[in-house]
Amino acid sequence: MSIDLSTVPQQIVNGVTLGGMYALIALGYTLVYGILLMINFAHSEMFMAGAYFGLLFLNILSKVAFFTSSTIGFILLYVIVFLLAMTCTGILGMLTERFAYRPLRHAPRLAPLISAIGVSLFLQNAALLWISSRSIPFPVLFPVKNYRIAGANVSTLQILIVVSTILLLIGLDTFISKTKIGKAMRATSQDRDAAGLMGVNINSVIALTFFIGPALGGAAGMFSGMYYGNIKYNMGFIPGIKSFTAAVIGGIGNLRGAMLGGFILGFIEAIAAGFLSSGYKDVIAFLILILVLIFRPGGLLGESVVEKV
Amino acid sequence: MLKVENLHTFYGQIEALKGITVNVEQGEIVTLIGANGAGKSTTLKTISGQLTPQKGSITFEGEDVTGLEAHVVTGKGIIQVPEGRHIFPRMSVEENLEMGAFLRKDDEIKDDIAMVYDLFPRLKERRLQKGGTLSGGEQQMLATGRGLMARPKLLMLDEPSMGLAPVIVDVIFDTIVRINKEGMTILLVEQNAAMALQVADRGYVLETGSIALEGGGKELLHNEQVRKTYLGEV
Repeated sequence: MSIDLSTVPQQIVNGVTLGGMYALIALGYTLVYGILLMINFAHSEMFMAGAYFGLLFLNILSKVAFFTSSTIGFILLYVIVFLLAMTCTGILGMLTERFAYRPLRHAPRLAPLISAIGVSLFLQNAALLWISSRSIPFPVLFPVKNYRIAGANVSTLQILIVVSTILLLIGLDTFISKTKIGKAMRATSQDRDAAGLMGVNINSVIALTFFIGPALGGAAGMFSGMYYGNIKYNMGFIPGIKSFTAAVIGGIGNLRGAMLGGFILGFIEAIAAGFLSSGYKDVIAFLILILVLIFRPGGLLGESVVEKV
Repeated sequence: MLKVENLHTFYGQIEALKGITVNVEQGEIVTLIGANGAGKSTTLKTISGQLTPQKGSITFEGEDVTGLEAHVVTGKGIIQVPEGRHIFPRMSVEENLEMGAFLRKDDEIKDDIAMVYDLFPRLKERRLQKGGTLSGGEQQMLATGRGLMARPKLLMLDEPSMGLAPVIVDVIFDTIVRINKEGMTILLVEQNAAMALQVADRGYVLETGSIALEGGGKELLHNEQVRKTYLGEV
């Protein structure tokens, strides 16, 4: 087997694009886990819902001539579509929390987990029955150009996806570490009862968490639709599991860990697909997960602070 | 200032409080003493909104605060320093203090942080250290300081001496007396009955969810029954 190193730059570009999507989705798992110690199995459907909302708003707004007549128009169109799709997905996330998880707040840990699987199946089947059982084309309305950068082909689409992803990641990191609400979220994840005693409204923080996580996952869903050119009712399943893996690799509950885990996973998959065969990329990805769990069960950036009693 | 009347609180099927009546007046130190499981902490948690009573009422400065959520009660100026400290382990000492002032909107938060450092110089030395890495005594200082950061009208301390070395217990109790002299009203829950009764104006003795005795701090300290049961005299 000969290894052709000239494709490395291309694999890096593909890895960053894919890894960014995993990172965005992984944040949703890790945010919810950090606050409720629960794996939100319905999160993969937030990714799917984001893609569907994105397509819906794209179809509606692209009928407005202003948006498709100039470069500024296209930029505005996509910004607005993204914000609307993220907001709707965020609201969907808050609704799932309000009706499927909050009533089970004091139930045994297994109950909300099963409820989450129920929500996941419900949303998938709703999309299947009400919209379509087939994959739907997701148009890219602006002209896509390819650039040759350091030996790799980079498309306008990839640049758009990577830049938007990085902006979202920086935005979230700043929000959590610098704002007062972000601090309330951190406090709630570290000690919920104590945060309540400080005057933090716990239910609002949990609702906000279920807005932010799905909004980011929804953005990733829309990126995925644009990148692969089509969307389907069950499109969330595989990226959902991969991103959950990414969150665990990074250390579940840790935001920067989720970002790191997402990019690591994206790279590994791209490299595996490039040098072995695309059939092996999942094998390699989950092999890494198993190795991390054996040697660093808390994940790469898992909490290292020893808590005294 | 605080009137708790005929409070009944359940943990599932178990009635932890069977009609507790407690009063705290402005400027007092009032203590609740009693054995493990007597209902001391449950009383505090019901007042602070972490538990909801089935029966009875809690009135604070003439306002009914029964059954309000914890963050709303905090907004009224009733601040609980919880049992076991409950420091935010991955926040620095200073961030923990800032969290204490979460509901404040004034611009004197920095001054109050300086005031807490003045009260507990150890915290100043460790201001950038993560809360989870502090010793038990330092965590208790931090929890107390964090409580003060809210500028409480009523400060409720739950077992502040628990698990601490006697030297540190002295520091904590000296501080309690000092902030009380400066005008703070304090409701103190303690298993260390001797310490608590020495500093308290008044005390209540709890037994299995009811009030068994009440009286002045010194009076209870010299009460024969209290001495036998809680102060370990034969």
